[in-house]
Amino acid sequence: MLCAQLLFPLSLFLGLSATVEVQRPRGVPLSKRQFYEEGKPFTCLDGSRTVPFDRVNDDYCDCKDGSDEPGTAACPNGSFHCTNAGHRPAFIPSSRINDGICDCCDTTDEYNSGATCKNTCREMGRRERESLQKLAEITKEGFLLKQQLIEEAKRKKEEKQSKLTELQAGKRDVEEKVEALRTVKETAEQPEKEAKERHLKAWEEQKAVIRMEKDKAKMAEAFLELDDDADGYVSVAELQSHAELDPNSDGSLTEEEVQGLLGGADKVDTSSFENIWGNLKDKYVSESQAENPSSLETAPEETKEPVTDNESEPYPEDDIGVEEDDEEEEDDDDDTHEDFEDKVRSFFTAQKARDDFEESERALREIDDQVKNIEKELSFDFGPSAEFTYLYSQCYELTTSEYIYKICPFNRVSQKPKFGGSETNLGSWGSWAGPDDNKYTVMKYEHGTGCWQGPSRSTTVKLTCGKETTVTSTSEPSRCEYLMEFTTPAVCQEPLPVNVVHVDGHSDHVEL
Amino acid sequence: GHQAEAARFQSARCLFVLLPFFLGVAQAVDRSNFKTCDQSSFCKRQRDIKAGQSPYRALLETMELTNSRLTLQLINDNNKVRLLLELYRLQGNMTRVKINELKPLKPRYEVPDVLIQDPPTEPLSVVAQDENGVVLSLGADEQRLIVSARPFRLDIVEGPKVLLSLNSRGLLVFEHLRLRKDTKSQDDAEDGEGAEKTEQQAAEGDQLKEEEELPGTWEETFKTHTDTKPNGPTSISLDFSFPGVEHVYGIPEHADTLKLKTTDGGDPYRLYNLDVFQYELHNPMALYGAVPVLLSHNTERTMGVFWLNAAETWVDISSNTAGKTVFGKMLDFVQGSSETPQTDVRWISEAGIIDVFIMLGPKPSDVFSQYASLTGTQAFPPLSALGYHQCRWNYNDQEDVRGVDQGLDDHDIPCDFIWLDIEHTDGKRYFTWDPNKFSQPKDMLQGLKDKRRNLVAIVDPHIKVDSNFKVHNEIRSRNFYVKNKDGGDYEGWCWPGNAGYPDFTNAEMRAWWASMFAYDQYEGSMENMYTWNDMNEPSVFNGPEVTMHKDALHGSWEHREVHNIYGLYVHRATAEGLIQRSGGVERPFVLTRAFFAGSQRYGAVWTGDNAAEWGHLKISLPMCLSLGLVGISFCGADVGGFFKAPSTELLVRWYQAGAYQPFFRAHAHLDTPRREPWLFGPENTALIREAVRQRYALLPFWYQQFYNAHRTGQPVMRALWVEYPEDSVTFDIEDEYLLGRDLLVHPVTEEGLKSLTAYLPGKREVWYDVHTFKKHAGGQSLYIPVTMSSIPAFQRGGSIITRKDRVRRSSACMENDPYTLYVALSPEGTAEGELYIDDGHTFSYEKNKAFIHRRLTFNDGVLSSSNLALDSQFTTASWVEKIIFLGARKPASVTLKTAGWSWGSETRVEFEYDSALEVLSLRKPGVNAGADWTVLLR
Repeated sequence: MLCAQLLFPLSLFLGLSATVEVQRPRGVPLSKRQFYEEGKPFTCLDGSRTVPFDRVNDDYCDCKDGSDEPGTAACPNGSFHCTNAGHRPAFIPSSRINDGICDCCDTTDEYNSGATCKNTCREMGRRERESLQKLAEITKEGFLLKQQLIEEAKRKKEEKQSKLTELQAGKRDVEEKVEALRTVKETAEQPEKEAKERHLKAWEEQKAVIRMEKDKAKMAEAFLELDDDADGYVSVAELQSHAELDPNSDGSLTEEEVQGLLGGADKVDTSSFENIWGNLKDKYVSESQAENPSSLETAPEETKEPVTDNESEPYPEDDIGVEEDDEEEEDDDDDTHEDFEDKVRSFFTAQKARDDFEESERALREIDDQVKNIEKELSFDFGPSAEFTYLYSQCYELTTSEYIYKICPFNRVSQKPKFGGSETNLGSWGSWAGPDDNKYTVMKYEHGTGCWQGPSRSTTVKLTCGKETTVTSTSEPSRCEYLMEFTTPAVCQEPLPVNVVHVDGHSDHVEL
Repeated sequence: GHQAEAARFQSARCLFVLLPFFLGVAQAVDRSNFKTCDQSSFCKRQRDIKAGQSPYRALLETMELTNSRLTLQLINDNNKVRLLLELYRLQGNMTRVKINELKPLKPRYEVPDVLIQDPPTEPLSVVAQDENGVVLSLGADEQRLIVSARPFRLDIVEGPKVLLSLNSRGLLVFEHLRLRKDTKSQDDAEDGEGAEKTEQQAAEGDQLKEEEELPGTWEETFKTHTDTKPNGPTSISLDFSFPGVEHVYGIPEHADTLKLKTTDGGDPYRLYNLDVFQYELHNPMALYGAVPVLLSHNTERTMGVFWLNAAETWVDISSNTAGKTVFGKMLDFVQGSSETPQTDVRWISEAGIIDVFIMLGPKPSDVFSQYASLTGTQAFPPLSALGYHQCRWNYNDQEDVRGVDQGLDDHDIPCDFIWLDIEHTDGKRYFTWDPNKFSQPKDMLQGLKDKRRNLVAIVDPHIKVDSNFKVHNEIRSRNFYVKNKDGGDYEGWCWPGNAGYPDFTNAEMRAWWASMFAYDQYEGSMENMYTWNDMNEPSVFNGPEVTMHKDALHGSWEHREVHNIYGLYVHRATAEGLIQRSGGVERPFVLTRAFFAGSQRYGAVWTGDNAAEWGHLKISLPMCLSLGLVGISFCGADVGGFFKAPSTELLVRWYQAGAYQPFFRAHAHLDTPRREPWLFGPENTALIREAVRQRYALLPFWYQQFYNAHRTGQPVMRALWVEYPEDSVTFDIEDEYLLGRDLLVHPVTEEGLKSLTAYLPGKREVWYDVHTFKKHAGGQSLYIPVTMSSIPAFQRGGSIITRKDRVRRSSACMENDPYTLYVALSPEGTAEGELYIDDGHTFSYEKNKAFIHRRLTFNDGVLSSSNLALDSQFTTASWVEKIIFLGARKPASVTLKTAGWSWGSETRVEFEYDSALEVLSLRKPGVNAGADWTVLLR
């Protein structure tokens, strides 16, 4: 059967040029043969005029639509039909007749140009049939795979949906549990809270005492420092040496100003100094501090209680256990042993309640995440039958001479230099971007890394039918606009019911 | 073409070098990269000298007159330095004025290789002479050259009329070569104390003051670059006055109006070949090329001044009527008290000598012939080069090239050339191919050849310094590189990183370079591959003003002296390479960015790195028109605009305009989105296709125009005033132009335009719309409604234009196709035209007279084709398929008579007649295009 088909057109081809001319004018397709009747006036196919038959293919354009010159290049808008026996018939623009370039595989377009064309129709036909056959096989297998993918996607979707339902139901339980545990926690924290408040109060009181003592010590120190002549009084002159005390900060500390600081007196003793210390302490700089600023900071008291110098620092709640211990030692005298046991007990109870609560909250968050992920996944347009579902959360790579390209469908495309260097984002999932009637053949990834003086990178991914899921090629046709070819069974169309090879053979037969 | 736009560099070192470019990328040119006159020390020095009494005096007693040459000495009364003046009367109504130092310390540079020969002279005779001067006869038309002695000036007069005066404003300045002061005082010290004067000065017996030395005289710094100026000040200047002239043109290349503006209060026009990144419109800044030729024009006469100097040059233009309003001029006229309008031009160059050719016209076409007789005519390009060129920086790989080729066919858009920019090379090593992207260049070229198409690959003149690069090693070992001031090979940064610059001024170097284009030297090259020379100003990214240091050395000459001619030499060596590789058989095609006077002999130029803006589309007309005026006809602008992405409307309009400009190439910057003609929807693809098809239909006309330009030096693309020199309305027109003399084009160059007004010149002319055949009277402004498909164009009544209306995918495919003759009748009912045919690509037309050149005339109802070149021999398969008469009456019958044995026998020709449009179409005369024949309308 196959043999017969191949031989039949060949035998007829040998007589082709003679027979075709007789049967119909050059360049006319069989379907229009009836309009070109030998010897009868020819009416342009647009009906615009009628000319004698010898003006058909006389290398002069008479018809506006070019129909009188199907076999010459005379008309600017004409077209030429090549039979291409052995392969597929085709129309070419009239301007390609006798232009020295072989366009029709049967060589019929170059009948007068001196171009040496070889009839390649059989070879091309064979190759096309082979590749069509191959394609058909791929399509067939791919389409089967696609069915599986659709099934799988359906199952997966159902799974996801039931998982979602399950999660959402579970979520309600967990939410209730969280609420319950919150109550437990808050109850358990009550004694601890009280203890903490009590302790906080004590802490504040203690802090005030310490601060006062420190202030007193500082005052005494200051008095001693200021009383240069150690006469038990701080005089105007003695105070004047501390320029930093200048109340109007004009750079000079006058006697009047000093007197004002001393409450109008010329000099003060220790007890009156206590009254005017308030005027000085904010600005006063210790002489030893001025000379050796670190000496006071390293004082043991300062390091032990940093709080005293920084009142805004919050109560060290996180370190409460440790602080408790510290305080315990110091406050041993104040707190009874019972109090301590009580506190520890309430602390551990509260801690457990807290842990339980946090754990339940974590569980809730996890559920929320899961719900969100599933909802996100379900929100993607995975194709009319969800056949692209399987690509989700997968990645595919192609290594070229310079780069490794990676596509994670519905996520992003990236490029990484083969020999080290950082990854460049070539775009994140944007949308399906095929033509309106075939939307699911092109993916668009957008808003990748910006280009110097140009737009941000983007990638167009063209999907073709294949058994394998793989990246077949990448290119950058325009600066920062990438093109990726990707095969997947998910785009394989249902194979045509009629055999393609048979149709071709059939048409050859009819043409001749 | 593309300039120092930095991001392409890999090296960290060059980041520093290119920092200024980063700062300058915003929108337009970074002016601070380029000198103003004030920043160019010689320009400032010269310009500070104002018009006044010239210190120069002609020493008449030194006059010597041979048959065709007069010499006499000039003396500067301020410094007593003597100059030698040479005057020549040249054939073809030209005068040459040469001024050099009488005894320079060392020779001064005289530009070689620009003149095609020693210009033939004619006898010069003294008409009168006294102690005030000499009157010489220039032969024709009572023309005299008057040499006045004190102060020195030259006047060319015709009868009582002064045509042109030199040094009438006293701006002849000649900075003589001198020793450096510190050197001199040392010498003086050796001579003995108190020796203040040189011997020469002493001999003059005058009290001379040392000339004041201004800063920048012996050293000059611009930005971070220091010019060591070992020869000190060497600049020259001369003024020219044109009485009665209000319009001057020429001195390209500037992105400015066709008519030159006065430069008072601004910078002079600058001529210094520079790689200007994102150039601005409408200013006198220098660009990529320089042709120091200026044309003056009024209703009575056109003249030209060719200032043969290759150093940095500035041209000042002033006019006594520039500031006057129309009313002011009218008032002058009414009162009869007006002074004659006058345009003054001053040329200032940094080095060399004064060598001026004064072309006395009187018609524009005479000036073109005169200039062509000096510097040669436009190279006759292969026919294919007049087709459409598809370029982009860059077509990525062979597959991309194949795809573009296929895309052109799929969308039925004719194209002759696909171009490859710098990325096709292996690491910017010219003459090589990227081993991954272009691994099989011959396969690619064969693929294009199978489609009867061609390829252009770029070869720039900067050579990567790389000891593994054969080209570099050869140039280095042959000592062919330009040297730096210290004698080492000059190196600068360009596309490949560190690069050397071959010394193209060296004839041996050029011969070697040419040999590199041999098929066995240039691997992967084939006969359908041609060349593009870019960056040949030369561009040096880290050099002063993005070019070479002026103290670099070309043999014994400084770069300062040869700068503007460097690009011409690159172009020339490449063109010679392409000729040689075919054994002298094939015509070359080489595109250059830098050019000089004479560059027309070597190929095409384009207007460099323009931008996708309406202003750039519009300026492409005056830019190419200006080049046409100075001999360079093969000009074009990047269609679509190089930088930035054009709107669809701009792209379509640019294709429409480009289809009617001599060099028709679409090009785009690397960082712009793809813009092949089919990427903008079917409607726009169709508009572009139509524009390109119009170009291809007119290829026979274009080819004949280029043949004419090659033969005669007349421009292909002409300003209107060139053909209508007495119609002052045309003097400022630059938004429309003529191709040859018969096709008037007014492209749409504004956004959203719904109508335009075209001026149809010639009160006694009629013009036919080439699309509708509608007839319009000349001497009027015509209102034309436009749509997106409009390309307003008109054929002059009285002309015959030949077309090939069967447009195919490349020019080669159309070789044997028949012609259609468009016979547009004048009001007198006559028409004439020419038809030129040859093989389209070889020198056979020249060597073997293998061409057809016919005159077509229509007179008294008889259209005939007669041979214009009786000794030529060529046969063509092309025939005449159709003859269309525009503005014709309906004949009763049409008959055809052909030559040969059947001569005399008449055959009837069928015809159609459209009485509304007065269009008569003859059906299929069928005669061979090379035959003698006549058609009779009765």
